[in-house]
Amino acid sequence: MTQKPLLEVEGLKTYFYLDNDLVAKAVDGVDFSIAPGETLAIVGESGSGKSITSLSIMQLINKPGRIIEGTIHLHNENLLTKSGKQMTKIRGNDIAMIFQEPMTALNPVYTIGNQIIETLRKHKKYTKQVAREKAIELLKLVGFPRAEQIMNEYPHQLSGGMRQRAMIAMAISCEPKLLIADEPSTALDVTIQAQILDLLQEMKERLDMSILLITHDLGVVAEYADRVLVMYGGQVVEETSVENLFEHTKHPYTNGLLDSLPSLEKEVKRLGAIRGTVPPAHSFPKGCRFSDRCPHVMDQCYGSNPDLLSIEPNHKVRCYLYD
Amino acid sequence: MALEQQLTNNETSQLHNQNQGNEILVEAKNIKKYFPIKGGILKHTVGHVKAVDDVSLSIKQGETLGLVGESGSGKSTLGRVILRLLEPTEGEIIFDKEDISHLSNRKLRNYRKNMQIVFQDPFASLNSKMSVGELIEEPLLVQSSATKPERKQKCIDLLEKVGLRASDRTKYPHEFSGGQRQRISIARALALNPKFIICDEPVSALDVSIQAQVLNLMADLQDEFNLTYLFIAHDLSVVKHISDRVAVMYLGRIAEIAPKKPLYDNPLHPYTKALLSSVPSTDVKHRREKIHLTGDLPSPADPPSGCAFRTRCIHAHEKCALERPELTDMGDGHYVACHLYDQGR
Repeated sequence: MTQKPLLEVEGLKTYFYLDNDLVAKAVDGVDFSIAPGETLAIVGESGSGKSITSLSIMQLINKPGRIIEGTIHLHNENLLTKSGKQMTKIRGNDIAMIFQEPMTALNPVYTIGNQIIETLRKHKKYTKQVAREKAIELLKLVGFPRAEQIMNEYPHQLSGGMRQRAMIAMAISCEPKLLIADEPSTALDVTIQAQILDLLQEMKERLDMSILLITHDLGVVAEYADRVLVMYGGQVVEETSVENLFEHTKHPYTNGLLDSLPSLEKEVKRLGAIRGTVPPAHSFPKGCRFSDRCPHVMDQCYGSNPDLLSIEPNHKVRCYLYD
Repeated sequence: MALEQQLTNNETSQLHNQNQGNEILVEAKNIKKYFPIKGGILKHTVGHVKAVDDVSLSIKQGETLGLVGESGSGKSTLGRVILRLLEPTEGEIIFDKEDISHLSNRKLRNYRKNMQIVFQDPFASLNSKMSVGELIEEPLLVQSSATKPERKQKCIDLLEKVGLRASDRTKYPHEFSGGQRQRISIARALALNPKFIICDEPVSALDVSIQAQVLNLMADLQDEFNLTYLFIAHDLSVVKHISDRVAVMYLGRIAEIAPKKPLYDNPLHPYTKALLSSVPSTDVKHRREKIHLTGDLPSPADPPSGCAFRTRCIHAHEKCALERPELTDMGDGHYVACHLYDQGR
């Protein structure tokens, strides 16, 4: 990884200031970088802060949430110093995003064609005619055989998988350098999920994009990512290559996740569930945030939160077991 | 080979013991459920959505039958028809040797205590205005003659059984997380000591670590109370983990049904093969070859003629468009509905 990173996030903290004077530390000191052409996955359960991390990059955090610290560099430019207007330009042009539920992300009262043309005209300043041709081309690219017809259809006329294809067409329309995919296949059936994830992979190679893949599904991570961050309680607890994560798992939380997963390959009598539940972001345990659920918990863990340390090249872990 | 044979024999005999001589508890015979599509000014019926189209299956005492399929395959509708929460258009439902498909609601009530259901969304399935105690005691109030202190005691027992605390009785559903709510739903389903529980995607709304807790709980309860489950889910790994036998549904029909091991190790139907190959695996060393299905599920209002899967099947031939394949016995309880196996194995 000698290449200059495309995106560099340092010390990112996004807090939500709740009504009852509580502070939800949804993202609490996250660092990572994405190289050009790389697929980085962020994996974690609900409440781990993975989605808020991606929304922070896009600066789509609404009140009562605020990015309170950190830098987000995209080709050496700090996005957090940009004005609203400049960010609008960057969103879509440089960074695009697709969401879990394409029905809520697409506008129900405009045709698919309208919505793609709008993006192209806004960002690329194409004429109507050129934008239309380009939109049809994009729909063909993402695998619609009857693209001209789809142009005139409304989101509700499409199935879940087709809507997600339309979303991808829109996201890649301005050839972004970074595509953030937030649970892109979670709402889809497995056979459709495979189609969509393969399509993303193909588009990534064709357009030389980087992908930030947000998911809770470790199987998806294993098949589609190059590198992976495991998040828990608003922090990264393990960061390494995909091979390392599954072959040389270090953090007790990652281990717990893998053990709780029923698998097609191996048979177990009982699943190794992690006890307890994810703590809410406004009341993490003192010390290590996983301490109250960890099977290897030591006295030290209740005292202070361990740092994310490199224990091997390309393998970082936040755990006192590896101190 | 001989050893392997012996092993499987042992396994089966163990299963037999568990299943109390394999007595059939629930049987569905040629179930059809068509929903009318109304159209025109006079709201005439202009067609039917064939949600379940001639499905037969049976579930043995103490067994878990997994029912998998994609959205729109009719698996949830089938579950509801078996409980008679929906009236079947055609077909018979036999529960504990009794035909319940034509019983009146009043007579059905006696059977209801023996069959319960746990739904997917624990946020929608629990009344938010009732306390946990009221929720769990409600079935007892309706169905049994238990006194108030008896109901309270039963409720406390159940809460402890499902891993909650007796003090949770006075709390309300919104005070619990998704996993805990699902535990409440399970406690409520268990209140009348049912024989049979339909679990309709009970863990798909939960995070993996919580999902594992609930799956373990369900397995423990099954052992303790000798429960019979129909486990409906779209997640093939979850179904593999919990089931003894698995049925694969496609567009309202059963494509393949078999004991879990042969189904997962040696799937026969092209749809089952594609489905299994599409599941992303955490095994980074050994990648499975993927079989790609093109297109989407056809509309159940207008299913393809002959075999429902033929429009997406790579092996489709002439006969598939003409004749609907019947479930064929391939030996050892493995049945497949596909013209590729017309001559048997």
